[in-house]
Amino acid sequence: MENTGLSAVGINREFVSFHVGTQEFCIDIMGVREIRGWTLATPLPHAPAYVRGVINLRGAVLPIVDLAMRFGLGLTEPTPRSVIIVVQVHQQVIGLLVDAVSDILTVPEASMQPTPDIASDLAKTFVKGVYAVDGRMISIVALDCVLPVSAKAAA
Amino acid sequence: MTVDTMAAIRQTFFQECEEQLSEMEVGLLAMDEGAADSETVNAVFRAVHSIKGGAGAFKLAALVQFAHTFETALDHVRSGKLAPTAEVMKPMLRAADVLSDLVEASRDGKEIDESSYEGVAEEVRALTLVDGEEEVEEVIDFQPAVIDFGLPDIAPEPASASRHDYRIKFAPRSELYANANEAALIIRELARLGTIEVECHTDAVPDLDAIDPAGAYLSWDIKLSSESPIEAVREIFEFVEGEAELSIETDGQPEVSDADIAALLARALSGTEEPAMSTTDSVVPETPLNTSTAEVSAAASPIAEVPKAAAVPAAQTTIRVEFDRVDRLINLVGELVINQAMLSQRVLEANFAGSSSVIIGLEELEQLTREIQESVMAIRAQPVKPLFQRMSRIVREVADATGKEVRLKTDGEATEVDKTVVERLADPLTHMIRNAVDHGIESPEARVAAGKPAEGNVRLSAAHRSGRIVIEISDDGAGIDRPKVRASAIKKGLISPDAQLSDSDIDNLLFLPGFSTAATISSISGRGVGMDVVKRSIQALGGRISISSRPGQGSTFSMSLPLTLAVLDGMAVSVAGQTLVVPLTAIVETLKPKKGELHGLGAEGRVMAIRNTFVPLIDVGTQLGFRDTPADPERSVAILVETGGGARNALLVDSIQDQRQVVIKSLETNYGAVAGIAAATILGDGRVALILDVDALVSGTFEDHLGESLRFGTVG
Repeated sequence: MENTGLSAVGINREFVSFHVGTQEFCIDIMGVREIRGWTLATPLPHAPAYVRGVINLRGAVLPIVDLAMRFGLGLTEPTPRSVIIVVQVHQQVIGLLVDAVSDILTVPEASMQPTPDIASDLAKTFVKGVYAVDGRMISIVALDCVLPVSAKAAA
Repeated sequence: MTVDTMAAIRQTFFQECEEQLSEMEVGLLAMDEGAADSETVNAVFRAVHSIKGGAGAFKLAALVQFAHTFETALDHVRSGKLAPTAEVMKPMLRAADVLSDLVEASRDGKEIDESSYEGVAEEVRALTLVDGEEEVEEVIDFQPAVIDFGLPDIAPEPASASRHDYRIKFAPRSELYANANEAALIIRELARLGTIEVECHTDAVPDLDAIDPAGAYLSWDIKLSSESPIEAVREIFEFVEGEAELSIETDGQPEVSDADIAALLARALSGTEEPAMSTTDSVVPETPLNTSTAEVSAAASPIAEVPKAAAVPAAQTTIRVEFDRVDRLINLVGELVINQAMLSQRVLEANFAGSSSVIIGLEELEQLTREIQESVMAIRAQPVKPLFQRMSRIVREVADATGKEVRLKTDGEATEVDKTVVERLADPLTHMIRNAVDHGIESPEARVAAGKPAEGNVRLSAAHRSGRIVIEISDDGAGIDRPKVRASAIKKGLISPDAQLSDSDIDNLLFLPGFSTAATISSISGRGVGMDVVKRSIQALGGRISISSRPGQGSTFSMSLPLTLAVLDGMAVSVAGQTLVVPLTAIVETLKPKKGELHGLGAEGRVMAIRNTFVPLIDVGTQLGFRDTPADPERSVAILVETGGGARNALLVDSIQDQRQVVIKSLETNYGAVAGIAAATILGDGRVALILDVDALVSGTFEDHLGESLRFGTVG
């Protein structure tokens, strides 16, 4: 397994891993635009609870998604360690509020394991697969599903 | 040549067509007003000619054919055979419209049915019929050599005019070959124009050992007998101008006396000093021609200035820049402005002493930033001229269709406004111009009966006034027929029969949805688009519209619009700890609610009494879900707003902060549309504030109440 990864460099992938509550997640580093500290967001009317509002990212209006809330793990209480991971999803740029960024992982793509089949909405909707790294389980976030469909379609 | 390059060239052609069409329109209108000198006529002719030429290259047959017909008629005017009277100019203007249509259709790859413009083509063709005889052969030819310097007996003989003998001296310099041109090809091209005699001079060729392989040693004397005009000959040399000694003489020149020749020579010499003219032009000295136009009797002179157009284009002071680049620049500057504001605030918070160099530097930065922002915004600004020009066509069409005589006068065409505003003004303006001609101006008979000239006037003017652009459309027609408007509104159930309405209230009825005054729905204005749509689109641009009308003397519609859509004048208010921005255009007044003025209506509804009118009260905080319990109205501020539909509502907010100009930022780029919110902006402290969408906010509560929707009062 590791041999294939090393010999064929092209299929090594890099991920940014972070903590949401007690769980560890990661997203492809190619989708990450920047990582910044938490600033108070302006709430949006009638937005889902996991949309914490919008912040100013150098002149652009950036919606902030509370990943913990989105994953059904409860509202994040922002602390000085909380960070916003700015990611690009298709044409949109959004900020993900997470508890802390932990690592940058380089893993062979082939080592991705399918999401264990459990009866959890979180797992089914937001997790594309998992990696086993040093005994930890890191879930890969499916970014496509993070923003609410209704917000995109709303007139 | 690849498909891409062709497409690019094609695009350039159509871009240039637009410029040419615009120039043509300006010229034609000047001619129509009798204010045209020969230069104007030439400019129009050149414009049509260039379009024809370009269209030929792209094999746009219909366009070429029509342009040719049009050009022929213009040539008659140019040569003085046809005086630009009103009868002549009408079909000419119509032809200009058809030409625009054809260009547009060609650009979009559409086909226009020839029968739809055959009538116009026929009318234009009829203009060139002199004494019932069509002089097609002659007209196709230009008469470039005929110069009227006011000398006696110079009438050209038509026979010789159709066939020219050219004597061309052509001595390429080495640059010509270095630029991959080839003398032989040029001569071969000349040979296509007619019969040709070529003599090659080889006396300049040095001995073989002295020869420079990249040098140019040959020169040619060419005798050409051709039916083609001098332009066609010149065109062949177009690409080698400045790379060769070139002189073209024709035999078509009139006989002149020695003294005149001397005078001409003097002028010609001064003409060759013109830096841009690298070719010696022995036929038509450029500069003197212009100076001599004064001597020439105005419209009736054939002046061959075409070479001037070919060789020295009018001073170009513009460059074409893709719009995306400008927008990117504008966005960046927007960020710079916000950043600068944030920096200022931080520095103030840090309590620097007033005289500290930091403060001074900051002030300079602020000034610079503002200047940059203004200059960048100015790039997007465009004069309203093209928009106004389109309107003259609308006036013509509607006047023709309704059998009225109408003249459009425009004013302040150079007034500049943001490109987006110009674009989005086109539809409402078209509609209002149509209305002005169709409903405003009376029929010629009715006008004469009322003691007015048969020809009606529609005036379209633009001006900058206190940071906004004001556009006015006024007609000298019958004015608004108030009893009829009133009766119509009652019939349609828009007002109650006993409603007390002031004159301006009645005028404003026109803006009510579902209102149309025309007794019979005319095909021109009654297209189901009412003034309510006009009003809504003007308001969508952050503008306001008002009417004033005097019976028998006409009506004036006045629109006031922001200069740009990138910034907005708003009132910053606080609601539940948040800062929100209410667009200033929607605000009528602000009030402090008192106890007796508030009334409950239904389960949750509340209304507020404002001068005996009850308006729905909207608690912005609960409406947007910022808080659950309604605010105490007596400790809040009510903002009376008017929606696009004319309905009035009172918005309840906690307090008013100030009035400011904000930069509009889209929420939809990264998130999506939010009900009740139009857009976002960024405050000086770097935080995002939301801009309220008053119409959406209001429509979520009460239905438009007829009583309220009538109280227009302060529109404008």
